[in-house]
Amino acid sequence: MQVTKWMAAGVAALMSVSALAADPLKIGFVYVGPVSDGGWTYEHNVGRLAVEEAYGDKVETTFVESVSEGPDSERVITQLAQSHDMVFTTSFGFMNPTVKVAKRFPNVKFEHATGFKRADNVATYGSRFYEGRAVIGTVAGEMTKTNIIGYIASFPIPEVVRGINAAYLAAKQVNPDVKMKIVWVNTWFDPGKEGDAAKALIDQGADVLMQHTDSGAPMQIAEQQGIYAFGQASDMKTFGPNAQLTGIIDDWAPYYVQQVGKALDGTWSNTDTWGGFNTGMVALAPFGDAVPAELQARALEIRDNIANGNLHPFTGPINKQDGSPWLADGEVADDGTLLGMNFYVEGIDGSLPQ
Amino acid sequence: MMDLGFLIPALQSIIIASTPLVFTALGEVVTERAGVLNLGVEGMMIMGAVVGFACVIAGFSPFTAFVFAALAGLGMALLFGIMTLLLYANAVATGLALTLFGLGLSALVGSQFVGLSAGAFPKVSIPVLSDLPVVGPLLFGHDALVYVSLALVVALIWFFKHTRAGLIVRAVGDDHDAAHAIGYNVIAIRMGAVLFGGAMAGLGGAYLSVVQTPLFIENMTAGRGWIALALVVFASWRPGRVLLGAYLFGGISIIQLHVQGFGIAIPSQILSMLPYLATIVVLTVISARAAQQGAPRSLGKTFKVTR
Repeated sequence: MQVTKWMAAGVAALMSVSALAADPLKIGFVYVGPVSDGGWTYEHNVGRLAVEEAYGDKVETTFVESVSEGPDSERVITQLAQSHDMVFTTSFGFMNPTVKVAKRFPNVKFEHATGFKRADNVATYGSRFYEGRAVIGTVAGEMTKTNIIGYIASFPIPEVVRGINAAYLAAKQVNPDVKMKIVWVNTWFDPGKEGDAAKALIDQGADVLMQHTDSGAPMQIAEQQGIYAFGQASDMKTFGPNAQLTGIIDDWAPYYVQQVGKALDGTWSNTDTWGGFNTGMVALAPFGDAVPAELQARALEIRDNIANGNLHPFTGPINKQDGSPWLADGEVADDGTLLGMNFYVEGIDGSLPQ
Repeated sequence: MMDLGFLIPALQSIIIASTPLVFTALGEVVTERAGVLNLGVEGMMIMGAVVGFACVIAGFSPFTAFVFAALAGLGMALLFGIMTLLLYANAVATGLALTLFGLGLSALVGSQFVGLSAGAFPKVSIPVLSDLPVVGPLLFGHDALVYVSLALVVALIWFFKHTRAGLIVRAVGDDHDAAHAIGYNVIAIRMGAVLFGGAMAGLGGAYLSVVQTPLFIENMTAGRGWIALALVVFASWRPGRVLLGAYLFGGISIIQLHVQGFGIAIPSQILSMLPYLATIVVLTVISARAAQQGAPRSLGKTFKVTR
């Protein structure tokens, strides 16, 4: 990993020399994981390749993978900023280093994923994955026969809690008897542990699994045991050709192409983007054969309604878990509450780890 | 409230989750009993994982896959052995380097397997016995590797207690100068123990990537090599206790997931911590009762032939 970093740094140095000739827009990407992770970082890299595809000679891209969130990331971001016009930092933990480095390089444009700190030359972006959760929640609520949905959760941060709530509310709407069993594995990535959690949930009666962890292990277990699951971050069909009902795909390509385009024509500014189905940043994986055509159509309708603003996954009346009112009838959750969500909605069992 | 039907599959999950630790820790027991501290377990394990998975994807039989995985671990151990036993490199630093090297190399080799999935590993099926209720799935329904790991525990207990070879390995680990003085080739014996440790770590890793979750992703061992290392110490270098420790650790890891599924109100962070805590406490208490069972006395000491 260290080697790839130095190679990238070397490439960056070489590029700064060759830049004198053609002068394309030079764009650097900082990844938290390896490009080969098949999930989060993989999808960011797909976005980078889409930028190259879209603008050809007008851009040059570099990436540095497996950069740990910490002091190391500040060094990598600094190196990229020295020789690039635009830098994408693609993990929440890169937030402070990005802002810090951006101060020293006012002429470089920075884009930070999933954070909330902006500056004159730092834009932020994220995706409304909960919109996808609402769709898969609907599918799960209809497909479960035991009325138990298993949910493998990583860490109790708002992003994950929001996903659980959105999925539960959608499932409950189509299936009032549905229960959600949630298991926290306290890791983003440990195939063995994720698989164990999947088995535990299945042993307890879950026949549809959702996950907010990164590996395909739960999907494999679902396939082996003949139940259903949803892909996470990427299409996970290879792990469960019969098990995958659909999946939520992080598609960064439309956003990356749009922002690089703005940088090229000089209209870039430090925007804050939180895009959902409407921007194409959240997409659905193809439906599995097990999903009836009628349900597929309904799921797509929900997606379209969310995309065009007719439907918000968090529309009242919704109570919090303890029964206290959160949203009144017809009221829609505001982004501030969603971004800081730290409570379960009514009907979810178990206590949310704080 | 609770349907106890989940118990048998839960016990099966426990055995599957524990087996990689059993293999890996047993290998390290032999290595350390011979007086060598190899901290490269995680690196050897992940190399076994990637090679084992590669063989399955390439269409080899599971048996062949495990043989090659063991060889991969052995190859890594050979590197360690040459560095520390023949060239007198610092064992701690070399072991750490071996872990980093293994993680990096496996990621490089494994990058082509991203998103690939292998089929489920066959379970042993013994006519009549495997079909018995309760006892069948618990005792006679596992994959062959589980039985190999259990046989290995018995074999190692017998080896250390009742064989001359076992005694020699222990002698080398306890006092290499004395062993050398009475004519044993300390370096060769240690090399053998190191290679055995590597092969077992390779098997442990392959169990993870071929049986437990048939896929390979960078860093998929996720610290299991370090847990195996800790188990060896807390089990005071005894194969039987290693088995106990590994099953305890695996058991509590699985049970805590079930506890969460039942919605029992214990913070999940505490539950995640529990396997580590319980294993340490239990093994420490057992080991504290019996004196004179500390580390092999020459553990981690460099041996040079001076005369």
